Amino acid sequence: MNARPTPVEGFEAELDVRIPSDVQYIESIVEQVVRRCAAHSYPRRHLCLNVPVALTEALSNAILRGNQDNIARSVHVHANVDSSRLVLEVRDEGSGFDLDACTEDPTTPENLLREDGRGLFLMRRLMDHVERFSDGGNVVRLILRRA
Amino acid sequence: MSFTVSARGDVTIVEVEGQLIVGNRQELKQKILDELEKGARKVLVDFARTGYIDSSGLGVLVSLAKKIRDMGGDLRLANLNDDLQTLFELTKLDTLFQISETRERALENF
Repeated sequence: MNARPTPVEGFEAELDVRIPSDVQYIESIVEQVVRRCAAHSYPRRHLCLNVPVALTEALSNAILRGNQDNIARSVHVHANVDSSRLVLEVRDEGSGFDLDACTEDPTTPENLLREDGRGLFLMRRLMDHVERFSDGGNVVRLILRRA
Repeated sequence: MSFTVSARGDVTIVEVEGQLIVGNRQELKQKILDELEKGARKVLVDFARTGYIDSSGLGVLVSLAKKIRDMGGDLRLANLNDDLQTLFELTKLDTLFQISETRERALENF
């Protein structure tokens, strides 16, 4: 897919889209997922904080780290929303990383002044479940239960 | 998304409209660096019209705050909505920045 994705009309529960490794696509994807969550009456906090921030982190990780900012590579996004939960899967073409090994706490005094290191922390704090697995690529799955 | 720069006395005010995320954080950084180059030392970032901020956006604010403080100035924040306030509390960055409820209150004692 070479063109910027356009928002999907209607409120299909599922979103399945492949984007180039370019951070300029992030907002459009986030908007499409948030619209689906809004259609299922997810709480405002989910729509304005949890979903946009956690998904932005997952997408930027996939683009900048997984795909090493190589626009020739793509990121595959799959979102499934229903009235009980949102399941997001973000797949890149990188070799993956050990999620469980990334446990550094960016809120400690020695880390607070660091410019980086908050992405995974925010995903974990804003989602109910975060996991990584391999499935023809490196996949991060995020799950948020509708409160 | 856009950034609007204005001045009130010796305070440079930067308004963030839309998101502050990985795709535009460098633009904000450069705008503020340009103001520092011109002599600004007191910078207020106003989030009244901001949607959400990601870790890259937070990182840029931390980086700029460190730089400005090293130069003898300060970077302060105003108008965080409840969601943004939660984001700063989750990351404990609310302890790093002076955050005011309104722009006027921030300017009163800057």
